Amino acid sequence: MKTNFINFIVTILLAVILSQFLPWWSVMVAGFVSALFFSLKKSAVFFIPFLAIFLFWTVYAFIVSNANDFTLAKKIAVLLSLGKNPYVLLLVTGLVGGLAAGIAALLGKQCSTLVKPQ
Amino acid sequence: MKYIKFIITLVLTLVTFYGLNTKFGSIPPIGKFLDPVAGVWQNDTDEIIDGNVSIDGLLAPVTIHYDEQLIPHIFAQNDTDLYKAQGYITAKHRLWQMEFQTHAAAGRLSEIVGESALNYDRQERRRGMGYGAEKALEVMQQDPELISYLEAYRDGVNSYINSLNPKILPVEYKLLDYKPEPWTIKKTALLLMYMTKMLAGGDEDLEYTNLLRKFGKDRFDLLFPDFFDVNDPIIPKETDWSYIDVERTETPQSELPLDTIRETIQKPNPDNGSNNWAVSGAKSTTGNPIMANDPHLGLNLPSIWFVMQLSTPEYNAMGATLPGALGVISGFNNHIAWGETNATRDVLDWYKIEFKDASRTQYRHDNQWKNTSVRVEEIKVKGAATVLDSVIYTHHGPVTYDHTFKSDNPKAGYALQWIGLTGGNNQRPFLALNKSKHYDDYVKALKSYTAPAQNFVFASTEGDIAIWIQGLFPNKWKGQGKFLMDGTNPEHDWQSFIPQEFNAHVKNPERGFVSSANQHPVDESYPFYVFNDGYEIYRNRVINDFFRSKEKFSVNDFKDLHNNNYNLKAAELLPHMIKSMDVSTLTSEELEIFNQVKTWDFNNDIDQIGPSVWTAWWSKLYSMIWDELDSEDEVLTTPYAYQAIYLLKNHPTDPFMDILDTPEKETAKDLFLLAFKDAAKALTEWKAKNGTYNWQAYKATRVGHLLQALPAFSRFDLPIGGDRNIVNATSSTHGPSWRMIVEMSSPPKALGIYPGGQSGNPGSTYYDNFIDDWAVGNYHELLFMQNDATTDQIMSTQTLTPTH
Repeated sequence: MKTNFINFIVTILLAVILSQFLPWWSVMVAGFVSALFFSLKKSAVFFIPFLAIFLFWTVYAFIVSNANDFTLAKKIAVLLSLGKNPYVLLLVTGLVGGLAAGIAALLGKQCSTLVKPQ
Repeated sequence: MKYIKFIITLVLTLVTFYGLNTKFGSIPPIGKFLDPVAGVWQNDTDEIIDGNVSIDGLLAPVTIHYDEQLIPHIFAQNDTDLYKAQGYITAKHRLWQMEFQTHAAAGRLSEIVGESALNYDRQERRRGMGYGAEKALEVMQQDPELISYLEAYRDGVNSYINSLNPKILPVEYKLLDYKPEPWTIKKTALLLMYMTKMLAGGDEDLEYTNLLRKFGKDRFDLLFPDFFDVNDPIIPKETDWSYIDVERTETPQSELPLDTIRETIQKPNPDNGSNNWAVSGAKSTTGNPIMANDPHLGLNLPSIWFVMQLSTPEYNAMGATLPGALGVISGFNNHIAWGETNATRDVLDWYKIEFKDASRTQYRHDNQWKNTSVRVEEIKVKGAATVLDSVIYTHHGPVTYDHTFKSDNPKAGYALQWIGLTGGNNQRPFLALNKSKHYDDYVKALKSYTAPAQNFVFASTEGDIAIWIQGLFPNKWKGQGKFLMDGTNPEHDWQSFIPQEFNAHVKNPERGFVSSANQHPVDESYPFYVFNDGYEIYRNRVINDFFRSKEKFSVNDFKDLHNNNYNLKAAELLPHMIKSMDVSTLTSEELEIFNQVKTWDFNNDIDQIGPSVWTAWWSKLYSMIWDELDSEDEVLTTPYAYQAIYLLKNHPTDPFMDILDTPEKETAKDLFLLAFKDAAKALTEWKAKNGTYNWQAYKATRVGHLLQALPAFSRFDLPIGGDRNIVNATSSTHGPSWRMIVEMSSPPKALGIYPGGQSGNPGSTYYDNFIDDWAVGNYHELLFMQNDATTDQIMSTQTLTPTH
C-alpha cells in the first residue's frame, strides 16, 4: 500500500516537473520512470499512474479553464462531439493522460523485471 | 515469458504514443491537443495585455493603449515603427488568420489540410495568384520607402512569431497540428491578391460564350443587356463628359471563337458588394458632412477586419484594417474619412490560344508563332507527394484551361488576361489616404491604385464630399471581353487603358450627396465601354431615394439606412404576381400561405413570415423560368434577377417561360401559380421539420469560422433581417462585414461595428463579442484618441521598446 502511495506521488511530481521541459508525452515518461523504481503489483501497475495523471491533468485543466469560465472548453467539447459540457472534456482529458501514463508504466514494470534478478 | 511481456508492453506503449501524437482525419493529435500544460486548454484565456515587450529594430518606444473593445491605439514616433507595431499587434491577435488567408491566396491549402484541397490549390495557381503577387512586388520595388514599411510590418509579425511557445500557439495550429512560418513581404502582396480575386476576380465570359452560341445575339442581348431599363448610376446622370478627349477603342471587324465550354473555375460569391455614401454639410443636420461605409463580404470568424488606431506625430488614422496589409483600409483621420465599395468592372477576359503543336512551346498571335513560357507550380501536400503543375504563360497571361485542367485539347487552351496580374502598388494608396488632409491629397493618393477597382467615397472636415471610381480599366471596344476572344488576333488584345483622370468621379454634386452600392458607375453618355458585368440595381435606388426624400440627414438616419430592410425587388414583382394569381385552385393550406405574403409590407424583418414566402416563391419561379439554361454538357449562367423580372412583366409569353418538361406551353402567369404551389409545399415541409418559418429562422444567418464554418467556432441563426439586394445586405453567409459612420466634426466622431471581435482566439470573450450588437443594428462609438497621454476608457497599456 505504501509503495502505491509513493508511486502515485512520484508519478505526479515527475509529471509536473517534466511537463515544464517536455511535450505532452512527459506523462508517459513519468509513468515509465516511477514504475522502474517503485514497482507495483497486478492492476496497480496500471491504475496508480493512471489515477495520478488523471488527477494531474483534470485538476490542471480545470484550474486553467475555470479562470476563463470554460469559454474555449465548451467549444472544444462541441468540436470533439462531446456535447457542450466542458466537464466531459475534462474527463476525456484525464482519461487520455491517465491511459498514456498507465501504459508507459506497464512497460516500465517489464523493464524493471528484465534488469532486476528475480 | 518476461521477454514476450516486455515486447507486448513496448509495442503497446509505442502504439499509444503514436495514437495520441498523430492527427487522424479531422481528429487532432489527441494527447498533444488535450495536454493541459501546452495543449488547447492553455488557449482558454482572455487577453491581458500590458507591460513592456522588447522588439528588435524599433527606433523609439511605441505605446499601445487597448480600449474596452480590445481596439489597439498605436502611438509611434515614426512610420517605420508604426508599421512594425501594426504587424506585431495584428499577429498577436490574428496570426493564424493572416497565414491561412495568404496560404489560401497562394494555393497552398494542401500543405495544411492535405489532398482534399489540391483542386482548389491548382485552380488558384492556374489563375496566377502567386504570379500576380510577384508582379505586384516588382512594381512596389520602385517605391523603396514602401518596401521598407512592408519589411517593418514583416519584422513586427515575425517578432511575434518568434515569441511564440507551444502553450500560446493559436488554437487552429494545435487543431491542424502545424506551426506558423515566417511572414514575408510577398504575403502582404498575396493578401492584396486575395482581395483582388474576391472583388475583381469574377466574370461570365465563358458562360456567355456558350449562351451566345446556343441562342444567338438577339436572344442573348434580351437576357443580358449592357444597361437595364432603369439606371441610377454612381455618377449622377446629368454629368458632362465633354472634357474627355480620348476616344473609345474602335470595334474591329472580327469573329469570336464560339467554343463549347464544359466547366469553369470557381468564381467569387456574387453577394460580395458594399454600400457607401456621404452627405454634404448643407444636407447634414449638424452642418458637418457625414459619411458611411459597409462592405458586404463573407461573414467569417475571425473577421476579415481588425479595427485599429494608427498614430504618429504627423497623422492620426483609425478604422478597419485588413490583417496582413498595412494602414487603415476603411476609416478616417483628423481631416478626412474614406470608404470603399466594389466597382464591379470587367477587368478579366479570356483568350482562345492556338498552340503550334502538343509541346505548347509556341502559340499563334498576329500571324506569327510566339514563344510561351512555363511556370512550374510546386504544390506541397500534407501526407502525400508534392504535385508539380506546369502552367503555360502567353503575353495575355496564364493558360488556365488546358488539357490538364478542365479542358481536353492538347493544342489549345484559354488564357487569362486579368488586371490582377498586371502588377500594381495597391498598398501605397491606402497609406497615402491615411495621411491625407484635403480633397487634393485624396485624389493624389488614389492615382496609382489599380485593383481591385473601388468606389472610394470621401468626406472632409473642410466640407467636401466626393466619390472616385478608381482602378486601372482597359479602354475596350464595344462588346470587348463580354465573350471568349480570339487569342491569335492582336485586335482582340487590350489596346490601352482609360487615362486615370478620365475615371468617373464627382465632387460636391448639386444634389448634396454621393453614394455607391455596386451599381452601374455611369449612364450611357460616358464615352468608354462599360457593360453590365453584375451591377446591383436595387440597393442604389433605395439609398438614393432615401437621400432625395428630405432636406437634412443625421447620424441616426444613417444608422436607419444601414439597417433598412426594404425589399425593392419583391415590391417590384410581388404585387404583379399576386394580382395575376387564380386563387380558386389553391388548397386551404396554400391559401393561408398566400395570405401571409399578400399582407406583407416588403420589409425583410426577422419576425415576419412574408419574406420567407417571397424568397421560397421567387426561388422556385426563377429556376422554372431558366430551365432552358440547365445543361450538363456545357456551363451556362442565368440572367440577373432584375432582367428576369423585366421579362416576367413585359414578355410574359416569351418562349423562356415554357417549362420544357411539360407538354403545355406555360406563360409567366402559369409559372406564378406553379412556383407558388411548389414553394408552399417546400415551406410546409420546412415547417414540419424546423418549426415556424419567420425570416430569422428561414434565412438563418451565420458567421462561420474560416475553416469551413467549423460549428464549434461559429455563430448561427443570428437575429438579423435584410437579404441580398437589400440595403441591409445580410444573406445567410454574406453581409455588412464592417459598418462605419463618421461625422466630420473636428476631430471626427465615428461609430463602427463588425460581426466578430478583435481577438482571433475562440477562447477569448473578445472573439465574437460584437456579433449580438451588430445583429440588432447597434454601433459602438470608436474611441478616437487625440494623444497618448489620456487614460480615459483605456483597459490596458503595453509599451514596445527597442532592444538594446
